[in-house]
Amino acid sequence: MVIKKPNEIKSSEITPEDVYLNRRNFIRAGVLAGTTLATAGVYKFLNPPPPKEVKTAEINDIVKANETDITSNEELTSFADITNYNNFYEFSTSKTAVARAAEDFVTRPWTVSVEGLVQKPQTFGIEDLLKFTQEERIYRLRCVEGWSMVIPWVGFPLKTILEKIEPLGKAKFVAFQTLYDPKQMQLGLFAGIQFPYVEGLRLDEALHPLTILATGLYGKQLPNQNGAPIRLVVPWKYGFKSIKAIVKITLTDTQPPTTWNIAAPNEYGFYSNVNPNVDHPRWSQATERRISEVGRRKTLMFNGYAEEVAKLYDGMDLKKFF
Amino acid sequence: MDDIKFNKIILFVNSLVPLALLAWDAYWQKLGANPIEYFLRTTGVLTLVFLFITLSVTPLRQHFGWNQLIKFRRMLGLYAFFYGFLHLITYSIFDKSLSISAILGDIWQRPFIAIGMASFFLLIPLAITSTNSMIKRLGGKNWQKLHRLAYIAAIGGIVHFYMIQKSDFTYPILFGMVLAGLLGYRIYAAYEKPKKKLATNYRN
Repeated sequence: MVIKKPNEIKSSEITPEDVYLNRRNFIRAGVLAGTTLATAGVYKFLNPPPPKEVKTAEINDIVKANETDITSNEELTSFADITNYNNFYEFSTSKTAVARAAEDFVTRPWTVSVEGLVQKPQTFGIEDLLKFTQEERIYRLRCVEGWSMVIPWVGFPLKTILEKIEPLGKAKFVAFQTLYDPKQMQLGLFAGIQFPYVEGLRLDEALHPLTILATGLYGKQLPNQNGAPIRLVVPWKYGFKSIKAIVKITLTDTQPPTTWNIAAPNEYGFYSNVNPNVDHPRWSQATERRISEVGRRKTLMFNGYAEEVAKLYDGMDLKKFF
Repeated sequence: MDDIKFNKIILFVNSLVPLALLAWDAYWQKLGANPIEYFLRTTGVLTLVFLFITLSVTPLRQHFGWNQLIKFRRMLGLYAFFYGFLHLITYSIFDKSLSISAILGDIWQRPFIAIGMASFFLLIPLAITSTNSMIKRLGGKNWQKLHRLAYIAAIGGIVHFYMIQKSDFTYPILFGMVLAGLLGYRIYAAYEKPKKKLATNYRN
């Protein structure tokens, strides 16, 4: 008598061992690939690539100024680097995030009001300011953080408008103010500095021929992240003195408050001239990394403009007036 | 290959993903205008992230009973050390041109460098004593005591991170809160639930 095993599984239905192991390996490969992709996704989410290059209008009839000779032998920093590595805390404290955060910033219509201790206070529309002769000025820019660029600015001497509004004799300083619109500048909430951003110069610094109001770079109007539509450029001072998106200029008889000095008076002075001999309390200012270079180069006194500006500070203790 | 072994492979590969992407982006020149600074900042943050993940193993085991996690802690800790090493070496080569005197000068003059450096050096004995034989040689209790230094290193790392910020302290504060949570849990657990004590056999 044959005893039949109940519910016998046909040997053909048993998954062969090698197939079982293959399936297991297949699933494992899937899990490995899946988790790797997920990790890569998280990394990319936290480190997004830069946005597409911004396109702004060309500036016509740019005059090449004589002053450009002083840096014409230096290689220009690329447009991509200049427009994707910005300190503009109203938009973001991450230099690589500013370009995207400022993409939709509205710069038209725009006015700059010049007032205070002046004979003829005046409000300039951005169209009026673009009518002044626009010069190209190739300047080094040295950030207080220890990096630098060479930027072909377009603009005109600040002196041009100061002469138009005629400062009174008692005017000794010039104060500047950036637009602050929390609706457009939402990331500024976490910046840790006060807004609106304010800056200031001594009147003689403001009248110096190297001091310009920039309206563009690389022959085009300023991209938003670089301070559109108009910004100050003072090449012998740390970058934060070169205030962006200016809406107000005021002539005063007392030294005006400045944003970074308010935030940390022992770290950022009113003058903030580039000076390799006076360190920031937390890091050295003796060297800098030129963007696109790997090593560090020596920082120059007054950012290399000593010949032009050192006389403004004759007899001053630059360690005290940092 | 058992599951633990396979999970270790998953963890090993995933922990290398940030470095692989950094290398990939560096090769295609996609690290932005200041690639050195980018690499420095990213490896620094990764060091702290891996320290936090390592330090979260014990709380997760105690709270959820996920005892198997202990099998992965050594690798996580060594990754923290590895990213810290990359961070230090990047600074030494590209910021200081491997000049010992320049590095010593920096440590002397800049508290944030000194604190960062000290925190990294605290991790060295932990990495050295991470092997099974070292755990055996030290004995579980002593080993445990020694490895509490990881908390000190993490605190130092956060202070180092905090001190280099100009005005926006959002991330160092967030990191500090995470660490406070992890440390707080350990202190709470030590007083509240001695009964839930786990076996101290860390060898695997």
